[in-house]
Amino acid sequence: MARSTSGGWQFRQPSVLPGFRWALGYTLVWLTLIVLIPLAGLFFRSASLGWHDFWALALERRTLNALWISFGCAFIAALLNVIFGTLLAWVLVRYRFPGKRIVDSMVDLPFALPTAVAGIALTTLYAPKGWIGALLAPLGIKVAFTPIGIVIALVFVGLPFVVRTVQPVMEEIDREVEEAAATLGASRFQTVFRVLLPGLAPAVLTGFSLAFARGVGEYGSVIFIAGNLPFKSEIAPLLIVIKLEEFNYPAATAIAVVMLLISFAMLFVINLIQAWSRRRYGYGA
Amino acid sequence: MAHDHAPENTVTTETPFARAVLIGFSLLFLLLVLAMPLLAVFTEALRKGLPAFLESLSDPETFSAIWLTLVVAGISVPLNLVFGVAAAWAIAKFEFKGKAILSTLIDLPFSVSPVISGLVFVLLFGAQGLFGPWLQSNGIQIIFAVPGLVLATVFVTFPFVARELIPLMQEQGSADEEAALSLGASGWQTFWYVTLPNIKWGLLYGVLLCNARAMGEFGAVSVVSGHIRGQTNTMPLQVEILYNEYNFVAAFAVATLLALLALVTLVLKSLLEYHYSAELSASRRH
Repeated sequence: MARSTSGGWQFRQPSVLPGFRWALGYTLVWLTLIVLIPLAGLFFRSASLGWHDFWALALERRTLNALWISFGCAFIAALLNVIFGTLLAWVLVRYRFPGKRIVDSMVDLPFALPTAVAGIALTTLYAPKGWIGALLAPLGIKVAFTPIGIVIALVFVGLPFVVRTVQPVMEEIDREVEEAAATLGASRFQTVFRVLLPGLAPAVLTGFSLAFARGVGEYGSVIFIAGNLPFKSEIAPLLIVIKLEEFNYPAATAIAVVMLLISFAMLFVINLIQAWSRRRYGYGA
Repeated sequence: MAHDHAPENTVTTETPFARAVLIGFSLLFLLLVLAMPLLAVFTEALRKGLPAFLESLSDPETFSAIWLTLVVAGISVPLNLVFGVAAAWAIAKFEFKGKAILSTLIDLPFSVSPVISGLVFVLLFGAQGLFGPWLQSNGIQIIFAVPGLVLATVFVTFPFVARELIPLMQEQGSADEEAALSLGASGWQTFWYVTLPNIKWGLLYGVLLCNARAMGEFGAVSVVSGHIRGQTNTMPLQVEILYNEYNFVAAFAVATLLALLALVTLVLKSLLEYHYSAELSASRRH
């Protein structure tokens, strides 16, 4: 099939480089074995539950609550990350200050620090007697063991996604655009909010969707700080683990399939919005 | 680097006061969100002094957790390295139908929850899984054993190397390889002496990120591990167990090792970005 030169349809364009079949074959086999078959197995397993049983499990109140908490907290955290991440990217691209290089590398800490370590560290900080928790307690704010704690953990894991997608696009912005806006009488505030930021929309959306997708599935950094009270601070991935420990495979499968379907649907919608906003504003990313 | 020749007039930048406020606010945010958790790991580990810290690290279960983490990463990372190079060679050097779909599928594990990444292997190879009965009757154990840990880790870290290499190799094009081939080099020679030197720093960058995730993975590994002490506990799982037993000094002591791994990763990554930025994909150049 690789060399069907007859007719207009061609699987691949000719090239003098060798190894195409070998490389593509290896890629496909490995992808199928490690990713596609296991994921297909999950859907196969849920299909064998039957339509009625599947929805009965998926629409259980505890499951719906956990999904609501996972998606809700991930959404809020991704929004916060968009605000702080864009600000951070701005400061890193535009300003000079001592220690900037260190600050820049520190942004990637959540990529490098294992989630369990982040989880226990954040819990220690935000527990009622922790460094930050003790400051918030007199104000009546409880962070650890509440959904606020979940949001904080997700802000931690999601931050670099936004910074690292927005930063390179910000570096590409043509200074002439700003100069043009300024000569036409725009204030600096107007230039930033009406000229520069709209152009960053596609990159910001990419960052948002990456942080959001990561937050929805996040487990390690959340379970320590969440307190895991059913109906209050129990996330969907944890509920899957609980069902597995009870050997309730059908329930675990149903929750996982619902999570995946919602995530894929949201990523698809975000992709559509992105394509639209790239056409509309256009810096790419 | 845009900031090196940043104009200082206020028309295209903010007033010094606004700049100071924005920088100050960003630094405060980073201090609260990123620096303090890191600091907390080390202070909690040393809370009862250095001897207690060292003693909790010399526990045999901790040793076996460290060893298992090294074994799992030592198998998973090379597997994904070979896959990443093959995938990047096919996708970056050739034009074929369905390329976009293939790229999306390679990225798929990034949008799957780690817990689900573990679950899919339990459903296939667990006692109640699709192949469970067959595996059991042949005495092969995958779940609650090292093969399961490796599978889950490979799944979770699947896209890392490929993601780094595909854009880099696309930017580099195929002119170097075509020149080598036209001068009579064989396919393997072209790869070893032309392509590999071109992509070595990008490859190292991808391996670095892949390894950090492989050693630190928690959710996926937790589902397939079964938490058998001294046998199927990796370092992050050992941290969880110790923490849940209220053995905080020991939990944070193991956590310091993982935090040090993270810091080493960050330093190496920054060095690569700084010294070899021209040989990394465009989005990694700062």
